[in-house]
Parts: sequence; structure tokens; C-alpha cells
Amino acid sequence: MREKATILDKIMIQRAITRIAHEVIEKNKGINNLCLVGIRNRGVFIAERLKENIKTIENKEVDIGILDITLYRDDLTLISEKPVVHKTEINFDISDKKIVLVDDVLYTGRTIRAALDALNDFGRPKSIQLAVLIDRGHRELPIRADFVGKNIPTATNETIEVRLMEIDKKEEVVIVEK
Amino acid sequence: MVWTKKDLLALEDLTKEEIEHILDTAGSFKEVSTRDIKKVPALRGKTVVNLFYEPSTRTRISFEVAAKRLSADVINVNIETSSVKKGETLIDTGRNIQALKADIVVLRHKHSGAAAMLARHLNIGVVNAGDGWHEHPTQALLDMLTIKEKLGKIKGLKVSIIGDIAHSRVARSNIWGLTKLGAIVTVCAPKMLIPVGIEQMGAKVTNDIEVALKDADAINILRMQFERDDRVNFPVQLEYFKTFGITKERLEKVKKNILVMHPGPINRGIEMSSEVADGEHSVILEQVTNGIAARMAVLYLVAQGK
Repeated sequence: MREKATILDKIMIQRAITRIAHEVIEKNKGINNLCLVGIRNRGVFIAERLKENIKTIENKEVDIGILDITLYRDDLTLISEKPVVHKTEINFDISDKKIVLVDDVLYTGRTIRAALDALNDFGRPKSIQLAVLIDRGHRELPIRADFVGKNIPTATNETIEVRLMEIDKKEEVVIVEK
Repeated sequence: MVWTKKDLLALEDLTKEEIEHILDTAGSFKEVSTRDIKKVPALRGKTVVNLFYEPSTRTRISFEVAAKRLSADVINVNIETSSVKKGETLIDTGRNIQALKADIVVLRHKHSGAAAMLARHLNIGVVNAGDGWHEHPTQALLDMLTIKEKLGKIKGLKVSIIGDIAHSRVARSNIWGLTKLGAIVTVCAPKMLIPVGIEQMGAKVTNDIEVALKDADAINILRMQFERDDRVNFPVQLEYFKTFGITKERLEKVKKNILVMHPGPINRGIEMSSEVADGEHSVILEQVTNGIAARMAVLYLVAQGK
């Protein structure tokens, strides 16, 4: 494992999230009927920051939920490190809502596939959009993001690490070589 | 913490970390039962066989609901109408279930050690749903989940288990689990219902109900099994209620937020009065709800164990 480069620093992460907040509001012509759902772990914190930014711009709160997709993974029986199941907390009715799904890194698209299945079990939203801080390419499913903080072309032997204050006590996005 | 076991046989076998991992996982599973669509696809395509050699309604239903909420297929084997009546042994029955390519057997059996023996002979997962007087691990897990949820912790709490300790697998599993997690456990019963050597499991012993109630954070009241009262030296019902029964009056002198638990089914007016069973301290029905989450967690973890 070798850190190749820092792609985003604290200020750049902040700016990317602020821009995404503006784009979300623009695309949805306001925040009526809009809600955010963060995917565990780091998507939750990015969603919370988006919520704060949206509040600053529109002076109104949007509902926010937390989704744990472990139980919906397509590789549960294959993976050797067994993922720990955490709580899903969606305490509002998602039916007919415009949902913005939030995650840190978009890679194969399998996490998003699982998240879409999970949301389906909670009701029938009007639409689901996807916001990610980093899109690193290498999709294995026909999935794309509506809002992207930064596109980073990567090789398959590299990974992207998003480090956020809330869990990592640091604020940066780095590219790591395996 | 990585779960590696293919079976859940007894809390005696588990480490503190393993028990905590099950409880944390169960905490996450609780939410599934509050949804409109109470189902997640985690065990889709897996088959769970409920093999119950003793009558049980609540435990069997609880396991069945738990497996179904994980999207597993569930088969209930009715022993009364099965080949067991024709003399088939437990191991042969187990091997046949394995040959059907089932993934997990949930076993309730009247003999202590039955689940462990079956697990040794099978490659598929075995979950102990009660074996003789030995252990009933998922009951203790749901009891601990309820305590943790209501009181925020287990470590340092005083928990009293009251009733027929000698013939209770629930008591044994609770003593192992609670003491491993750092609770102080007292068992309370008439002398003839206290098994010899129970202190060696780490429990204190008393024959005085006032001592068991004093300073207790939670009490777990066991069912008196009067249907088995062919035994000698078994107290008569009214005598038991007078000496050990939990009443409103007895609860007036104890901790204000004491939890009253019972694994069910309750004998109203024997182990406790109706007022207590339905009263403000009672978490008996919440135990039933938590039982689903605890069993979902166990089935989910065991399915991934090798």
C-alpha cells in the first residue's frame, strides 16, 4: 500500500459538496419533496454536510436517512471479510419523494444496485438520484451518478480513500496503490 | 470481530466479544421488523429446518419469523408425524436433512448435549433452540438484548434469576452470558430447585426473595414447570407464590426502574401476579419482539460461518 497522491484537501472537499448542493437544488427546482439518504459509512457524513449546505442556501431543512446495504449485497457468501451489519434509519415515508442517494466513492456500481433494492423495500419514491464525492470509473453495472464531486480515472490496482473528520480525524481524498 | 462458527450451541462456548457481536448485529436487525415490508434478502436461497423434538410454540414461531424476514425458506418438521416415530435416530434425521441440501438446522431436544452432538456429525449449521436442562442460548441473547436496550449496558448490573433454576436451560445460558458481559448474577429459588455447584458458574445463590430483589436492576422470572410435578420435593403452587411470587407489594421496595422479565409462557398468580405481568416494569412482550432480532442475527451469522 503506497499513497500516490492527495487529490482533494479539506477546502476542496468543502467546495465540491457546496457545488453539489447547488446542483441538487437547481436540478430539482428547489427542495420540495426532496430528501437525502446517505449510504454507510462515509456517505452518511457527506449527506449530512449536503443537508447543512442546502439549509444555508434555501433556509429550509430536508429529511435525511441512513442506509446500511450489507443485507442487500450480492457477494455476501463470497467475501472473506464478513461485513458487520449496522442500523438502517429511514424515519420518514419515502413514497413519492425525490431521493438523492449519497455515497463517497462510485466504483463498480454494486453498492448502488444494493441501495436501490433496499430503498424499494421502503416504498416507491418518485425518483432516485445519485450524488457521489468521487467517481473513479470501472463500472460493472449500468449505473451513473447525477452529481459528482470529482471524476478521477484510476487503474484497477489503485484504490481511492476518502477520509472524513467524523471517522478518520482527517479531511482528504487520496489515491492509494495496492 | 469476525464471526467464524458454523453453529450456535451454547453461550458457555462463546467469548465476550462473540456475544457482544451477536447483540450488536441483533440491534441492527431490529429495524427490519418495523418496516412495511418486513424482509431483507440476506438469506435468499438458504433453507432453514426447524427440528423440534419437544413441544414449543413461541420459540419455533420466533425462529420461523426470523428466518422468513431474512428471506430464507423454512421447513418445520413435526416429530409426531415423522420417521422419528419409526425409530430413526437424531443423527440419521440430521444427515437426511443435510442430504436435502438444507443450510441450517434449528434443534430443540429433551436431551442435554443433543445440539452439540448433531453439530459434530453435520457439515451444515446447527442452532441450539434448547437442549434438555443444558442451554437455550437464543433466549439468553434476547434477554441480554432487552436489558442492554432498556438500561443502556450490561456490565456492572445486578440481575436476579428467580424460579426453577435446577431444571432451567434459560437460567444456565443467562448465567454464562451475563457473567461474561460483566453483570452480577444472583439465582433465587427454594433449596430443592437450586442445583449443586451453580456457584462455580459465577452466580450468587439465595433462598430469600427479598435478597434477590434488593438492589436488582433486572429480574428474570422463570416458569414453574408444574406439569412435571411428579418429582418429589416440589413446592405446591400457592406456597410458592406466597414465598417467591413477584407482587406489586414486593416491587414497591426495590429500584424504581427495575426490569421484570419472563421467558414465557407465564403462570399468572404463581411466579408473579397479573398486576406485575402487565405492569409498568414488565418488558415481557418486548422480549418477544427482541427474540426475532436476536434469532435473525444468529441465523445470519451462522449462515456465514464455516
